[in-house]
Amino acid sequence: MNWVKYAGKRLLMLIPVIICVTFILFLILSAAPGNLARQLLGQDATEEQIEAKQAEMGLDKPLLVRYGLYMRDVVRLDFGESWINGESVLERFQNRLPYTLMLSTLAMIFAVAIGVPLGIMSAIRQYSLLDYGTTFVAILLFSLPAFWLGTMCQILFCLILRWLPTSGITGWKSYILPTVILGANTLASMIRMSRTSMLDVIRQDYIRTARAKGAAMQVVVRKHALRNSLIPIVTQMGITFAGTIGGAVVTENIFTIPGIGTMLLNAVKSRDVPVVLGTVIFVTIIVGIINLAVDLICALIDPRIDLAS
Amino acid sequence: MFKRKKKSLSEYSMGELVMFRFRKNKLAMFGVFLLAAVFLAVLLAPVLSSYDNVVQMHVKDRFTSPNGSYIFGTDEFGRDLFARVLYGGRISLLASFAIIGIALVMGALIGGAAGYFGGRVDSVLMRVVDMLMAVPSTLLAMAIITALGNGVWKLVVALAVSQIARFSRIVRSAVLTLRNVEFIEAAQCYGCSSLRIIVKHILPNGIGPIIVSATLNLGQTILSISSMGYLGLGVASPTPEWGTIISENKANIQAYPYLGLIPGICIALTVMAVNFIGDGLRDAFDPRTKN
Amino acid sequence: MEESKVSLLEIDALTVEYRTDDAIVHAVNDLDLRLDKGETRGLVGETGAGKTTLALSVLRLLPERVGHIAGGSIRYEGRELLQMPEAEMLALRGKRISMIFQDPMTSLNPTHTVGDQILEVLNLHFPEMTKQQKEAKVDEMMTLVGIPPSRKTDFPHQFSGGMKQRIVIAMALVAEPELLLADEPTTALDVTIQAQILELIRNLKNQFHTAVLLITHDLGVVAEFCDTVSVVYAGRVVEYGTVEAVFEKKNNHPYTAGLFGCIPDLKDDQPRLHPIAGRMSDPRVVHEGCCFCDRCDHAMERCKTVAPAMHVHKGHGIACHLFENREDF
Repeated sequence: MNWVKYAGKRLLMLIPVIICVTFILFLILSAAPGNLARQLLGQDATEEQIEAKQAEMGLDKPLLVRYGLYMRDVVRLDFGESWINGESVLERFQNRLPYTLMLSTLAMIFAVAIGVPLGIMSAIRQYSLLDYGTTFVAILLFSLPAFWLGTMCQILFCLILRWLPTSGITGWKSYILPTVILGANTLASMIRMSRTSMLDVIRQDYIRTARAKGAAMQVVVRKHALRNSLIPIVTQMGITFAGTIGGAVVTENIFTIPGIGTMLLNAVKSRDVPVVLGTVIFVTIIVGIINLAVDLICALIDPRIDLAS
Repeated sequence: MFKRKKKSLSEYSMGELVMFRFRKNKLAMFGVFLLAAVFLAVLLAPVLSSYDNVVQMHVKDRFTSPNGSYIFGTDEFGRDLFARVLYGGRISLLASFAIIGIALVMGALIGGAAGYFGGRVDSVLMRVVDMLMAVPSTLLAMAIITALGNGVWKLVVALAVSQIARFSRIVRSAVLTLRNVEFIEAAQCYGCSSLRIIVKHILPNGIGPIIVSATLNLGQTILSISSMGYLGLGVASPTPEWGTIISENKANIQAYPYLGLIPGICIALTVMAVNFIGDGLRDAFDPRTKN
Repeated sequence: MEESKVSLLEIDALTVEYRTDDAIVHAVNDLDLRLDKGETRGLVGETGAGKTTLALSVLRLLPERVGHIAGGSIRYEGRELLQMPEAEMLALRGKRISMIFQDPMTSLNPTHTVGDQILEVLNLHFPEMTKQQKEAKVDEMMTLVGIPPSRKTDFPHQFSGGMKQRIVIAMALVAEPELLLADEPTTALDVTIQAQILELIRNLKNQFHTAVLLITHDLGVVAEFCDTVSVVYAGRVVEYGTVEAVFEKKNNHPYTAGLFGCIPDLKDDQPRLHPIAGRMSDPRVVHEGCCFCDRCDHAMERCKTVAPAMHVHKGHGIACHLFENREDF
């Protein structure tokens, strides 16, 4: 029951984080130069129209008042409406989240399922051909821009070879390429992290102790090294997941997937402040929950972590 | 004997040691060589080509594959891809360095103050940093772009701000690990002032992890800049930038693959060079991490 | 002690190198050592003299790719260990030869309970025992080292340094091995705990008739604890003998004499200690003559060019030109 209490505490701690993050975002977004209402209505708008629009957007009130009003609505789960088409931000987010969540999760699974075993194996067989090959692939994936890799793969596999659908979500096949592209960078970091972590662990004294007991190297790796090396890997997974959601903006854009990435990009381009604000807040909450999960998993693996303190 | 020992503790000698280890790292030296080549090409852009070629449209020469007169070929408007990549690289690299520079200076100020003064200053500053870290950096950058609008320098500000928190943390932990080291205490005993201690003792000794993460982040920043350009949030066409070049040629890459391959390889090679250097520096500063 | 013809452990002309990117480090050079059943031998020397390397060589656990046994032989009950197949080595390690490492803080796996870590030795080497028998043995062993068996489900971080070393000892001795390699078992511990741990090793050693190679840099520990002693300098044994002969302090290798000079003696009214001048010789350099001649007060011209042979008198060996042709020591 220790961890339930801990999880509850951590979730409660998310509330002040969200309050502060929202305030920081409010500060940033209110720094927008120029008159947003005028930009939205175009050059032909009259002063009255602009003033009316400003009142409608709530921009006529001082920053703190707007912030207060926004937070009051947020408590009622009302994240406002888009300035562009008046849709509810929450509703749009709910409609689009499944795609992004699906894509990020698949990318994460792809990266972990391939990267962690590869990294661990190349650490155990250090200086082998496998090790050099894996390290090279990791360096390559780390240096290739995702948008470029995505564009080129899309052209090759979807347009030239016609193996996979080019855009949108029309079935499971639509997820293959976006998953690989979004997961490529994470795959690189998983390989590097698990290799480093495993190398670090097999040099520890307790590994030597275990071998001195008469256990064969494979047994030592399986029983003693694996679990210890997973701790930094899991932490890294949490960190990269946040990056994956950020990376989804690019991937969704390439493959025109109707997720929150495309929604956010369009909102940024049209300076649709409520949508941007809402999206960033939601994603921050999701990332916070993922980090909590990561900490719980780490506590499960490592008995030294005491959740009570 | 005593004299030599003293010298090995001084920052000069530590730098020498790092340089020695770095020079022995073949991949890192390859990275230096590669990056130097990229820099040279980009710096010599006016000599190798001219800015006129960047925007001048040779309608007759549309989609010319790489040849003697157009080394990298031309795009759909007949613009010289070589000139566009060179001048585009200027923007990509300059912007990336500016981002890391700004983030580093701000991070050093915030993290340095937090780590050195500790107590209230530390807890207030780090609370703010925690808040900023809670937001994925790409999203933070996009929020700032929403506020500022499009443009290279606005993008630089956005990406720099989104990295400040990370650098503050790194600087802070470097300062913290060194704060209680004996030689700092010794300096305090000699009556060195706070500022003097930070500048003369903490910075040179804690600089290793900071330089390493700055270098490794530089590679990712080059990728971010071009990604933003690709998404249309940074440099706008016709001004060239590596990401925008790929984005503006997107529709024609299938028919003319060099339009995608060449700028892509340029980005990848540059980022790879930076990463090699970063890895080499990490191993040189802390040989224990080397496998 | 001299009942058996074949010693339990015989090391002849062992040479071990560490090959790194920068240089070859000669950790152990042409080293000879004998250990009989039930004997306790102290292996004394400064940090970096190659003591730990020697112990790891016996278990064949030198760091892979870096540590190389360049020559010599290590025989256990007459059988060559260096040629032994890995499968047989596995059966030897932990069961017949076990090792206690220097730092109890890091030599236990942080994610396994201490009971499981002791139990693992039994699981590896005694498949015929039932689960209950094994558990009972773990409990018995924990009691022997002074840890309540009720704590076997605790993790290493819940114990103090001295208690961790007790668990390491329990782990090393649970299979009742014939040979225990104890690598500075008390260096990382408080002085008050040191005596307790040594006492514990002594009691268990007597109980199980285990031979002990006690690696230490502390001459006091040797005098207190060992039957025989080998003094190691720069990867070579420079002097060996019974503790009585060596600690008589009448005839010693100049290096051993130097070590004695570093210990305050309350009986003699010494005005000050006499540290050995200079530093440990660079292990990357191969010596032509005596490895200690740079720091030796008695160094002669030929010490620089001719390596001294081991001069033995009544089981007391000294590798120094000063003792050539001397029959009286």
